[in-house]
Amino acid sequence: MAAVLDIVPENAWLALWRRLQQDRIGAFSLGIVIVYLVMILFAMAGLLAGGWSEEIGVPYANPSFLGERPNLEAALAQRAAQRQGRVPDLTAVDPLAPKYAEWEKRTAELKTGERERSLTLRWGGDRWGRDVLAKAIKGSQVSIAVGVFAALCATFIGTLLGALGGFYGRWVNDSLEWVYNVFTSIPSILLVFSLAAVLRSGVLAHLFASGIWTVVIILAVTGWTGMYRLVRAEYMKHRSREYVLAAQAIGASAASRMFVHILPNVSHVVLVQLSLLVVAFIKVEVILSFLGLGVPVDMVSWGTMLGEAQTELVIGKWWQLAAATVFMAIFLTAFSMLTDSLRDALDPKLR
Amino acid sequence: MTAYILRRLWQMIPTLAGVILLIFFLFKFFGGDPAQILAGQVASQEQIDAIRQQLGLDRPWYVQLGIFVRDIFSFDFGKSWMTREQVSEIFVTRLPATLTITLPILILEVALAIPVAMLVAYHRGTLLDRLVIAICVAAMSISFLVYIIVGQYVFGFELGWFPVQGWSDSFWRNLVTYAPLPILLAALVGLAPQTRLYRSFFLDETKSDYVRTARAKGLSDAAILRRHVLPNAMVPVLTNVALLLPGVFVGSFLLEIFFSIPGLGREVYIAVNRSDYPVIQAFTVYLAVLTMLINLGADVLYRLVDPRIQLT
Repeated sequence: MAAVLDIVPENAWLALWRRLQQDRIGAFSLGIVIVYLVMILFAMAGLLAGGWSEEIGVPYANPSFLGERPNLEAALAQRAAQRQGRVPDLTAVDPLAPKYAEWEKRTAELKTGERERSLTLRWGGDRWGRDVLAKAIKGSQVSIAVGVFAALCATFIGTLLGALGGFYGRWVNDSLEWVYNVFTSIPSILLVFSLAAVLRSGVLAHLFASGIWTVVIILAVTGWTGMYRLVRAEYMKHRSREYVLAAQAIGASAASRMFVHILPNVSHVVLVQLSLLVVAFIKVEVILSFLGLGVPVDMVSWGTMLGEAQTELVIGKWWQLAAATVFMAIFLTAFSMLTDSLRDALDPKLR
Repeated sequence: MTAYILRRLWQMIPTLAGVILLIFFLFKFFGGDPAQILAGQVASQEQIDAIRQQLGLDRPWYVQLGIFVRDIFSFDFGKSWMTREQVSEIFVTRLPATLTITLPILILEVALAIPVAMLVAYHRGTLLDRLVIAICVAAMSISFLVYIIVGQYVFGFELGWFPVQGWSDSFWRNLVTYAPLPILLAALVGLAPQTRLYRSFFLDETKSDYVRTARAKGLSDAAILRRHVLPNAMVPVLTNVALLLPGVFVGSFLLEIFFSIPGLGREVYIAVNRSDYPVIQAFTVYLAVLTMLINLGADVLYRLVDPRIQLT
């Protein structure tokens, strides 16, 4: 009995899991990526960093470990606020003077939301006194979500077109190759800029005015070509393999052969390329958001944080730059190393 | 060779047609009403109609496509919507600044990466090798933006070794005064991925039979690397340089924005912010053509470097 069972091949995904666990660097990177994913899920549910946009500290509040550091900006803002409180007496000349009493009564009735602003925050505050640590966590959510969604969209486009071109060949392949040549002959940053220009002020501007979808579309439309090339080459190799011919012989349709039979056999190529795309897209999203062409202004991403950091650095407020850089670098390093381990674990040649 | 070049040029025609169609329809269908953008929010209907007529927007789309194609081949894209400058004029005047930055970056990057990669490949498997590769991976995970922001702050603002930003009309003054900081920053950032890549090229070559033969006849590792591996590894290195070459036109757009360098990349970015469609369209089409021509030139060069490569 046992002898028969031994011949049953190991489930490919279980084998992958086993190999990843054996690879210490891979397992460690996977751990870090999982920590980030849990953090993102908590942030999405509002349990973590939900109040990132609340101004809870003084402007440029010091990090708590640097509490003694002089904070000129906060002092200036406080003085300006005090000066605003003392309005010079204009009763003699102001025609609206009789209404002063009524206004004061109304002001008193209005409960101001101003709460006690703290002088220090865990990892410092930004220009409006928002918690930088909360921003970094929320920014991780946005940046990683953009990278993952865009990579999924690009993978979908690239895999579908690559499968069609590689499987059918002939004119389908020729016309898709033409599209590929057109897209790759335009320098990618110009395609990104063209799409950004059109999506900002064109007819679709209102449709995607909020949310991350503008960036996702830009990245997906410009980034599918590599995936297409890889998948196409794999399909050309696989379409005349025996298992596919056997499937055809028992009457499997073309669609079934393409996506039920061949796709699982090329999925390792797709998976590795998908993770490479995530890393590349996160980097581009950061640059686009920095330039103001990425996520909208009411959202925070690593890119918008770096955008604010540029002016902050000149006045010596380095913590927002550090937070965004560290969060981004740790995630991208872990994800890149995980991708390397994934490739090693999936490569049939190394088994 | 001539036949090959002619055939490649012939094959470019459908691709170029595709680029023109893509850009035209992208802006035509999704770009909104140019007259509205041009006239602003408060324009009257007559003003909008006048602009529509002036731009030929009241004519059917195939006539507009015809005008677009004619503009491309006559190098006359009309004027920028915002600055009223001739688009071709903008292109020609912004190109030198970009090349002043990008060409030194490319040369420096390759010139630095080859010796470092050779050194690392020579010491493969040792602590030095692993250390350099680990540094490369970590360095690549930090956004280019961070390097520019910190570099500009430290070397320009804090230490004052270089001007924080600026540009002049004199080429030499630009190259000596304003360009060094952006060039050094980009070259250092580009060094990490290049080194990693070139190391793998060198290591691939060291597995070849000729290396084993050379070792068998008693040649030292250093001599094998220099005399046998290096010339052979130059083929993939050159392929990589050819891939980087089209980047010389807009690859430095971030540097240009940060350091206020009046180059092509910064110009396109400004055009995007102003919805200045003619500038974006013209730059995209022309840079696509330039990219195709450079790729062809790289393929021809290839053949000259390695006679084994057959051009088909």
